[in-house]
Amino acid sequence: MEHSLQGNACAYQQLLVLLTVAVRNAVRGRARAAGVDPEDIVQEVLLALHLKRSTWVRGTPVAPWVAAIARNKIVDAFRRRGHRIEVPVDSVLETLWIDEVETEGQAHDLERALAKLNGRQRDVVRAVSLEGHTAQEVATRLQMTEGAVRVTLHRGLKALAATFRAVPNED
Amino acid sequence: MRCPMKTEELIRALAADGTQPVTPIGRTLWRALAAGALLSTALFFLILHPRFDIARAILTLRFDFKLMVAACLALASAIVLHHVARPASIARHRWLLYVAPVLLAGGVFVELATTPGASWSERLIGHNAVHCLSLIPLLSLPSLACLFFALRRAAPLRPPLAGATAGLASGGVGAILYALTCPDDSPLFVATWYTIAIGVVATASTFGGGRWLRW
Repeated sequence: MEHSLQGNACAYQQLLVLLTVAVRNAVRGRARAAGVDPEDIVQEVLLALHLKRSTWVRGTPVAPWVAAIARNKIVDAFRRRGHRIEVPVDSVLETLWIDEVETEGQAHDLERALAKLNGRQRDVVRAVSLEGHTAQEVATRLQMTEGAVRVTLHRGLKALAATFRAVPNED
Repeated sequence: MRCPMKTEELIRALAADGTQPVTPIGRTLWRALAAGALLSTALFFLILHPRFDIARAILTLRFDFKLMVAACLALASAIVLHHVARPASIARHRWLLYVAPVLLAGGVFVELATTPGASWSERLIGHNAVHCLSLIPLLSLPSLACLFFALRRAAPLRPPLAGATAGLASGGVGAILYALTCPDDSPLFVATWYTIAIGVVATASTFGGGRWLRW
């Protein structure tokens, strides 16, 4: 986590993969019971963890921080879908680190949110995520400066999170 | 319809966005408070000035007490704000918020014990309560704006509480500044009008927090 916050992309990617597994475990059971695609919520939690990573305090345990953010997002997500649920932090904390790796990894909410971004932001987010380009490659392809790509990517991600928050689920 | 975005792809985007070092939220908040206090001070000198007898006032106990209570409130709420702004933070610093009110209550008690009852209502009503009620919120506004701007990056589990705490901190800043120009030094005046003025700021920012600090 410490390396990730200093801008080490490699460490950060590994951390995100680990966190995804953890969050997935925490979300799955409850989401199934509520008839919601768990991966939608996993992605929302991941976005929140990413955008709020500055609120983790160096040297403190990571798990409670992840659990608090995840819990907040889980409760939010269910509430938007019309379920009122109580999620004790402890239960999130317990399920975070179960060893179970199973990737389904497809979701629909994010796609819908992506469709709401403005053109440039969508292009950049897609190029980086789907095609796995680096900021530099995207910059050459879209004829932007690398700095502009970074800014656009960041704004795009923030906009994604905002859309998640604002749009009540439509299905 | 394109195929849905996979979580792995999202992770790639997040990792690509995470190549710059992150400023810890604590530092962001202190910077915001400093910038806000600076702006509030600039506003103060733009529309007001310290009272003319300030050199003499500073030697009086009542004037210093008034400043100290306001400073206590600003500092204590700023510290509490750092905890409210983060998830998974322990609530053990909340007691700090009680320091300023307790101090002020002590001041009121001493004032009542040492001054004749006939002068109480004059001390309480002071010279210009309306000034106090309008200028403290006005002076705290720049600080509040800066704090809210910084708090948008934070992750408060209870946004209204974060808003209220930011309101108290900036209300404290506004009160320190207003105290420099206000001719009324009696704790009776401070406990009544300053409290109402800061309460207005805190109430407004509680609602503001619920509205703008969700994430």
